[in-house]
Parts: sequence; C-alpha cells; structure tokens
Amino acid sequence: MKHLLSINDLSDSEAIAILDTAVELARVSDAPMKKLPTLRGRTIVNLFAEDSTRTRISFEAAAKRLSADVINFSAKGSSVSKGESLKDTAQTLQAMGADAVIIRHQASGAAHRLASSQWMSGTVINAGDGTHEHPSQALLDAYTLRKHLMHGAQNLKGIHVAIVGDILHSRVARSNVLLLSKLGATVTLIAPPTLLPVGIESWPAKISYDFDELIPQVDAIMMLRVQSERMNELFFPNAREYSRYFGLNSDRVKKMKKDSIIMHPGPMNRGLEITADVADSARSVIVEQVSNGVSVRMAILYTLLTGEGIESGALA
Amino acid sequence: MSNKYFISGGTLDDGSKKNLFISDGKISGFENPANSGAQVIDATGKIILPGLVDLHTHLREPGKEDSETVLSASRAGAKGGFTALSAMPNTSPVADTAGVVEQVLRLGVEAGLCDVFPIGAVTKNLQGSELSEIGAMADSAAAVRIFSDDGHCVSNPAVMRRALEYVKKFDGVIAQHAQDPDLTVNAQMNEGVISSILGLKGWPPIAEEAIIARDVLLTEHVQSRLHVCHVTTAGGVEIIRWAKARGINVTAEVTPHHLLLTDDLAASYDPVYKVNPPLRTEKDVHALREALAEGIIDIVATDHAPHPAENKECEWQEAAFGMLGLETALSIIALTMVETKLLDWKGVAERFSRAPARIGGYAHQGGELNVGEMANLTLIDPAASWRVDRNLVASRSRNTPFHGMELPGVISETFFRGVPTLRNAELVQQLNSENSQ
Repeated sequence: MKHLLSINDLSDSEAIAILDTAVELARVSDAPMKKLPTLRGRTIVNLFAEDSTRTRISFEAAAKRLSADVINFSAKGSSVSKGESLKDTAQTLQAMGADAVIIRHQASGAAHRLASSQWMSGTVINAGDGTHEHPSQALLDAYTLRKHLMHGAQNLKGIHVAIVGDILHSRVARSNVLLLSKLGATVTLIAPPTLLPVGIESWPAKISYDFDELIPQVDAIMMLRVQSERMNELFFPNAREYSRYFGLNSDRVKKMKKDSIIMHPGPMNRGLEITADVADSARSVIVEQVSNGVSVRMAILYTLLTGEGIESGALA
Repeated sequence: MSNKYFISGGTLDDGSKKNLFISDGKISGFENPANSGAQVIDATGKIILPGLVDLHTHLREPGKEDSETVLSASRAGAKGGFTALSAMPNTSPVADTAGVVEQVLRLGVEAGLCDVFPIGAVTKNLQGSELSEIGAMADSAAAVRIFSDDGHCVSNPAVMRRALEYVKKFDGVIAQHAQDPDLTVNAQMNEGVISSILGLKGWPPIAEEAIIARDVLLTEHVQSRLHVCHVTTAGGVEIIRWAKARGINVTAEVTPHHLLLTDDLAASYDPVYKVNPPLRTEKDVHALREALAEGIIDIVATDHAPHPAENKECEWQEAAFGMLGLETALSIIALTMVETKLLDWKGVAERFSRAPARIGGYAHQGGELNVGEMANLTLIDPAASWRVDRNLVASRSRNTPFHGMELPGVISETFFRGVPTLRNAELVQQLNSENSQ
C-alpha cells in the first residue's frame, strides 16, 4: 500500500492493522516525551487547498511525533488560489523532495490525480477531497467506536451506527460507510431525501428518513455538519425545520441505548445539527475523537512510510 | 499530378464489387479507359463509402487556435474519412453573424481538405435570450441552414419556439443541445451509482429527456424541424421514437463515444473522460446502439471537441468538457455497430454520410456511388486494425479517450472532390502549400 486515497485501498485486515498500530502509538502520545524517531529525515508536506485547521494540525502533530520534517503548504491565499495548477504544485513539491503529501482539496478526486499522474513520486494521503472521501477520519472514527463499544474485539461486528445529516455532500459519510461496513458494523444513513445522493442504493448501508425510530436501536450516532449554504440550494426549508427532524437534542438523547455514544467529525454547528448540551454531555466522545485522530494519523504515516505496522504490545 | 484515379477491386457500401474511375472530381465510370493515365489504387478487400459527413465538429477557429484550427481539424477529418465537417458556432467571437460564418467558410475553402459548413448560433453570443442574425447567416455566402447554441441549451421555451418558427423561411433546422440548465448546475458526470460513490455532482438523464420532450412538442406545434444533438439516454431514445411515430419532423444524432464508453471510467478521475453530455451507463449504450440500428437515431456525429493539455491535466472539476472524435469515429462505429452486426456498411454510409448530408442540405455530399456524382469517398479496410496513439493525431489537441485502444478498420484513402486527401493511410501533402503549417 503506497497511497491512502480511499477506504477501498484497504483490506479489512490492513484497516485493522492500522487501528492496532494506532493503539500502540497512542502510548507515545500519553508519554511525557511524545516522540518516536521513526520518520527522522523524512519530509512530509501538508498541502491544504481548503481550510481545515483541525485536520491539518492533527496530521502535523502526528508527523512531528514520528520526528518527520513537516512543511505546511496552505494553498488558500497562495499560488493555488492564484491559478497555479495542481500539476505545477505537485511538481514543485516533488522538486523539494517530499516523501509524502497529505492533501486536502475541494475537488473530488484531487488526491487520485496526484497519485496517478506522473507529476510526483511520493506517497499521497487523502485528507479530504471534495465530496468524495476522508479516509483518515473514518479510521479515527472506527478506532473510537472500537475502543468504546467492542470490549477488546478487533473489528466492529454486531454494532449498529447511525450517520445523520448531509450525506450527499459528506466525504466523512462516504469513507465511514465503506470502512464500518468492511469491519462488520451495520450502518444506517439518516437524512432528508434531498441530502441522500441518487445511486445510494448501491452503498453498503441502510437508509432511513426517520431519526426518532432509529435512535433506540443504535450503538452510536454520528452527526454530520450541515453547511448553512445548503439552505439556499433548496435541500430543506430552513434551519429550524432541519433541527426539528434531524438535530440531536437532549430529548432524543434520552431515548438512546445504554452505553451508546455520540460522535461528530467537527466542526460543529451547535444549535443546528447538535445542541450544545448534547455536544458536551457524558455520551459525547467528540473531544476524544480529536485525540484519537492524532494516534490514527501517526499509524497511517507509520504504515505507509515504513511499509509495516506495529505488533500489539511492542511499545508497551 | 494527374487528377485521374482508378480504384480497383473494392466493394461499395451496398456490397457490390465495382471499380471506380475518377476524373475531373467526379466518378466518371466503372472501367479504366485505355491510356487514361490514371493512378491506380488497389482497393482489394476494402469497403468504399461515400465520404463521411460530420454534423457536429468543434474546429475552435476563430479564437481558440491553441486547441484546433480549421486546417488542423480538416486534416484530422481527412484522416478520419470525412469529406464534410460542420463548424459549431461556439468560437470566439461566436458565429452569430454573417461575417463570422463567412470567415469560417473561407478558412475551410483555404484548407481545401473537406467541405466546412458553418453552423450559426441560435442566439446572440449563445446567451439564450435574443435571436442571432439567423436570416443574414442563411443568406450569406455560407448559406447556413443548421443553427445551434451547442454547449448551451436554448432553454427558454419561448426563444426555442421563435427560433424553430423563424428557420422555416428557408427550411433551416435547429440543432438543440438538450440540457436543462437548472437541473445541471455544476454537473460533472452522469448522476447515478458511480457519481454517488465518487462524490462528483450528477448530470441526471432527465435534464436531457425533459428538453427533448419539450422540443419535439414545440416542433410539432409550429410545424418546423428539430435536430437533437448527441442523445445519450435510453429515455431520450424513447421520446424520439414516440415523436417520430407521431410524425414530428425530428432527427437525432449519437456520438461514437456514447456508443462505447460508460460512466464508470470516471472512477479514474481522469478528465479525458469528462464530456458533455456525460458518459452514461451500459443500459444507455445498448439503447443507443439499438436506436441507431433502427434509425430512431438518424446519424452519427462526432462532437469532436479539442482542448489544450492544461485544460485536461488538472482536477476533474476544473477540466474542460469534451473529447477528440474525428480520427477514431469510423473505427468506433466499426467496433460498436458493424462487428456487432447491428449495421452493415450500407447502414454505416446512411448514418454517417447520406443522412447527415440530407439533414444539413449539403450538396455533393452523401451521394450514391454513381457515374456523374462528385467523388467524395472513403476507403476502409475492415479486416485491418490499428492502435490509437494520442501523440500521432492530426488534431492540435491530444484529448482522445481511446488512447492505447486497438480498433478495427483502417481508413486508407479519403477522396475530396476527386482528389485524395489521405493516401495509404497517410495525409497527402497539401496542393496549395501556402496553407500548410
């Protein structure tokens, strides 16, 4: 495995190996000296053509804890937004000797283009491409689900996860549907019909328009950000109506199963898809997702750049 | 150089074996007269078709000469067996006045490799609101009969109605690019299973079908003539079938790429597969092939759309729509229609030469291969095959989706007005050298 562009690049055993490696690497994050020498001398570029502070700093922290040299190329306000092509940017990064490029881009398939063109030879990691995929987010979500719900099992067999919100435009949903179903979970997508893509019947997931019916059945609820501009594109009448049917509030939380958890990839629209009290409640693992994200991204970099994972217990 | 040629041993599109003697630009007989001095062309094993007629070509000149010129497109056309091209008006400036269509006509004559028939814009600057100078273009030296806003749909039904009515005066035809703009804002590819997985914004088949349905009804109401450009959907075929059964004067075209390629190719995110209207599904491809065989779809047209490298070497969303078509078209038809036994060569001649010439009212094109007819001819060896190489195309651009494919049917000769423009599958150096690049 050279690149991580889509969850489809991973077999279930490869995905589990990354999660297991992340468990080991989490020990590094918990230690007073948060650093391993593994990637010393390797250059990793964070190429972010779209704003995303949290994903960028998560990858940056992950790379630095593995002792890599990190270059942040925030393309917004730089040459990319001035019309420099992806090709020219890639060739520039190649000339600078980048061993890996972590790319966030507003165009679906941008990471594929980098990896499949002859523009550069390094490893490409997709940190979110348009409305296509966000595989590192799905891996950190699987890690979080496994930690809370699986009692030591390596996969996600038997659990039921609801993903709620703007599925149509969500790269998080696409990657999670692929990964969670690959690891054995049942996934139900809940959204107004306007926010479910035509063709979704081919996805390995169930579909529901009725959030309230599903709430008592699921082990985890993953809320997705709803962008305010969607209201102007006729996807739903207004924010109030959206929240009424698809927002997670304390009344709905009361109907959740015992030990079930609440997730959100962030950034949240408090008051729209999730109320503030729910976001900060005991069931919420939203802040923990962020710290898990660093461990999982360390595992992704470790695996792709060394060509192997870490055996369970090796760093104990 | 002698202007007499004797094509011996070939098989005409109707299956008859006939020799053709060509002199003074015409088919002059079926035997080689004694001491004729004719150059002999051995056509043993080859099929002789009336020269191909494309009703849908983007020659890009004036204004976008970095991607193609009338001359380079004419060369690509000659390689592809074409003796007539139809220049879509989305140039810069737009061909919406007599001046521009006469310029394109003149460039075609100067290139001298095939007839170049300009298509006029329906609306000023392709903006869909005011009629362009349709009458002036019809009366110009270019004698335009086909009008199209191709690339854009004439989406306003009142504008479409007026355009259909107006061209009745001179038996013109409106060639509609059927795409409801409100249903296809920022659309990137066919809307369906593949687009849902790839996260590319969908171009739903209904956006094509709704416009076709509206336009055939408008055409019936005002008793005019409609040509539907590049039909891509099984549903569109059904509407046209219904309209023809009802007696509505509608014709339709399909491109070679829509007869072969499907939307799953977008999974590569390689914009060489980005085209408008988009590649559809296997089911649509089969419906289109059947419809072309049946004659519900009347003609093949290339929608040859050259683009410079930088417009394709980028992210899918940033890339331009369109594919090269001229040099591969006949081989794709051989692959999809002849080898599948959906069409014989007579059928190919009808769909790719005679019917388009009739729709466009093009004199001396799409003729029968009879004595006295203008010698516009294409010779193809159906048993031979070739490998497409984007680095060897005659077009100025390289955006062929067929690169690397082995295709059946090698075009060996193209005759334009009795003179070979292609000989032994090589372009003939131009007679008037001041025009060669």
